[in-house]
Amino acid sequence: MQKILLLVDRISTWVGQLFSWLIVVLTLLICWEVFSRYALNKPHGWVLDAQIILYGTLFMMAGAYTLAKNNHVRGDVLYGFFKPRTQAWIDLILYIAFFLPGVFAMAWAGWTFAADAVAIREQTFSADPLPIYPFKAIIPIAAFMLLAQGIVEIVRCVACIKNGAWPSREQDVEEVDVEKLKEMVNVKDDDIVAAGQAALKKAGQS
Amino acid sequence: MKIRKELWFGFILMAMILAGTAVMLLSADKVTNGHLGLMMLALVVVAIMMGFPTAFTLMGMGMIFTWIAYERDTNKTLTLMVQSAFKVMSNDVLISIPLFVFMGYLVERANLIEKLFRSLHLAMARVPGSLAVATLLTCAVFATATGIVGAVVTLMGLLAFPQMLRAGYDTRLAAGAITAGGCLGILIPPSVMLIVYGATAGVSVVQLYAGALFPGLMLAGLYIIYVIIIAKLKPHLAPPLPESERHIDLPALTQKLLANVSSGVKTRALPALLTGMRGERNNGVPIGHIARQLGIALLPLIVFTGVSLLSYRVATSPVEAEAPVAANSGMQSLEEKPAEASSGASSGGLAEPPSDDKAEKKESSTGLAEPPSDDKAEKKEASSGLAEPPGAAASEPAAAKAANTGVSEPPSSETAKAADASTGERVPAPKGYWIGLAVGAAVMLFFYAWLSFARLEIFKMLLSSFFPLVVLILAVLGSIVFGLATPTEAAAVGAFGGALLAAAYGRLNFGVVKESAFLTAKTSAMVCWLFVGSAIFSAAFALLGGQELVENWVMSMNLTKFQFLLLSQAIIFILGWPLEWTEIIVIFMPIFIPLLDNFGVDPLFFGLLVALNLQTAFLSPPVAMAAFYLKGVSPPHVTLNQIFAGMLPFMGIQVLAIVILYAFPQIGMWLPTVLYR
Repeated sequence: MQKILLLVDRISTWVGQLFSWLIVVLTLLICWEVFSRYALNKPHGWVLDAQIILYGTLFMMAGAYTLAKNNHVRGDVLYGFFKPRTQAWIDLILYIAFFLPGVFAMAWAGWTFAADAVAIREQTFSADPLPIYPFKAIIPIAAFMLLAQGIVEIVRCVACIKNGAWPSREQDVEEVDVEKLKEMVNVKDDDIVAAGQAALKKAGQS
Repeated sequence: MKIRKELWFGFILMAMILAGTAVMLLSADKVTNGHLGLMMLALVVVAIMMGFPTAFTLMGMGMIFTWIAYERDTNKTLTLMVQSAFKVMSNDVLISIPLFVFMGYLVERANLIEKLFRSLHLAMARVPGSLAVATLLTCAVFATATGIVGAVVTLMGLLAFPQMLRAGYDTRLAAGAITAGGCLGILIPPSVMLIVYGATAGVSVVQLYAGALFPGLMLAGLYIIYVIIIAKLKPHLAPPLPESERHIDLPALTQKLLANVSSGVKTRALPALLTGMRGERNNGVPIGHIARQLGIALLPLIVFTGVSLLSYRVATSPVEAEAPVAANSGMQSLEEKPAEASSGASSGGLAEPPSDDKAEKKESSTGLAEPPSDDKAEKKEASSGLAEPPGAAASEPAAAKAANTGVSEPPSSETAKAADASTGERVPAPKGYWIGLAVGAAVMLFFYAWLSFARLEIFKMLLSSFFPLVVLILAVLGSIVFGLATPTEAAAVGAFGGALLAAAYGRLNFGVVKESAFLTAKTSAMVCWLFVGSAIFSAAFALLGGQELVENWVMSMNLTKFQFLLLSQAIIFILGWPLEWTEIIVIFMPIFIPLLDNFGVDPLFFGLLVALNLQTAFLSPPVAMAAFYLKGVSPPHVTLNQIFAGMLPFMGIQVLAIVILYAFPQIGMWLPTVLYR
């Protein structure tokens, strides 16, 4: 059981990270198009559609990854001050009340939505059309992955309620990684402490 | 014990919301769907405060209430959900969010902040409260370029906070400057917050960027004025730096050159270098070194001359069609000048050494186009050229763009100079031109009279840290505001520029790109899934008729325009305490925006007020993220309460800024009006 959970975690992360690279593709595609349009005078009609598709795919497929790393924005008025067990109860109830029905409905509705598009091999409306049905198929796929990841999170909640502590997550790159930032600007913990003491001494003198 | 207090705050707030809803439901004659809508709104706020991921709270709650609104028609509900998701996926405004975020992470990894802070603080050494002023400026520039509040506050907490404490600064003042400064990035464009507002309110992001520029700079200027006043009135809170802290080591060769001059550091650089070039008294220093120093020292003059010549041609050009373009370039100078002036002048007005700053700043508007002459610099110039087509119409941006993507072209750097050019002439008329030229020449004269060898060193440091960032920002912003590129294009090119910047500083490698890409994916997913949730939620709210109810209710209060604005801003201010800016915008803006029409409020102007107002959301306890980031890296004796206390005056300034913007709407509306209407 535990193994399956970790596997789902890892799949979400791996898929999310794989699709993260689309941002590099997107950046290069637009830069190239800008160059091509303004310098070579050769605009491409399909690029506009392509960039939308890249962006949409990027964030949809990163949804489960973000959930696996607990990076979806939370209101933090109370949550941070609760004990882990209380947090887990709140999460558990709200996952079942809001998350499961919402995401399940999304996966379900996305399935029919995408199936219609696939059936007619839908394309974009433009001079040089791109197939859009794979893009629409992203909705059920992303929702399904989110659902799987959500179930893992629910199991995490249950484990936390049992043990009183959150099961650990696998490490991932963080926006504010204090240790890394310290290293980047060459500041050591001792420096900070020393500065604090110097300040205290100064305050004492005056 | 403190923890208890914080919990009580949240619980009381939740109880008040629930009680309010109960009163509303009970007092209504007949419970309609509209009342259900309001109840849903109250429930969602409570659920968010509980701490469940907001996106899924909105999605789940929205779905349930949509289903009720459609009278339990499951098919319709499902269609609405999938349509909402698809609408967000194919939204051509939101697409610039990942790109700007990506640019921010790349610029952050270029690790310019250390150098930036050091050079700014040396340049400001004579200004009262110099460390705090330098902190604010560093924050403003760096935060604008990266837009990542947490990282900026943490980095400045590591760099500037210990320094300020060691210099004897008051803990609260130091903490306030860092937290307030770090949050500026979310206001000054290019910022993600304005994109989110634009996408929610249906206001053009381009206009929002043009509009938010001056209010953002004004807020930064107000912060700096406040710090200087405090340092002037209560020097013990922000003591001036001792001489040893301000000392700058000259390069060995320069020292040799000055060997037989008594006060080497204070010698004027230009005459000394010129005589050195002639071979007199050069003490055997290689001519190449002197020439290099001279070249750097003369950069501003060269740029100034080039700019004057170019703008002279533009100004005197007889072709009718070019007039608006020329006017544009005048505008650009206006746009840039306050950018510099607001920080420079603010210190100038209040402190004795106005010269320092003024000249320094002026410098930045002229020297701007010439960062060190590596390939990246070339590119920067090029993209700055992008901001500005002084002469030709179509071919010019083309050239600039071309250079932008790597091919460095000399003509584009010319264009770049023309950009900041117009050092003063606002009118393309010759008279304005001569006035501008005279002012520019005076500034030049002043600059060289003031330029000593020590200051030349500072200037060199600024060249490699401050100007590249400013040029990157101005290039991205300028090309958007002047309509040369869509925000998406500018963001992508900006991200590319960020990568080049990181490369130029030797920080670009596979790991950095990988980490930036992963972080970008997570941040974009967070924001965009929130949009998916809120799209479903707003649809449910509208279907239930909650909007109508709110509208009737507000109209029945017979508010004037002023009262309405006051009320709405007060509500947003209060919401800023428990909620974060993303939640406030995506949930509450769809409710406020339709009301604006009734009161004749421009959604653009409202957006600027909201953007200023949401700055307070970052600083208001208990969810002041900035405070927690700073606490995480501060010395053990600094308490969270001290940090909160330090942020309070800055919150006051933010409120003052909102009042000023309301009293003088032109601050925000002038640029968009001139450019787009």
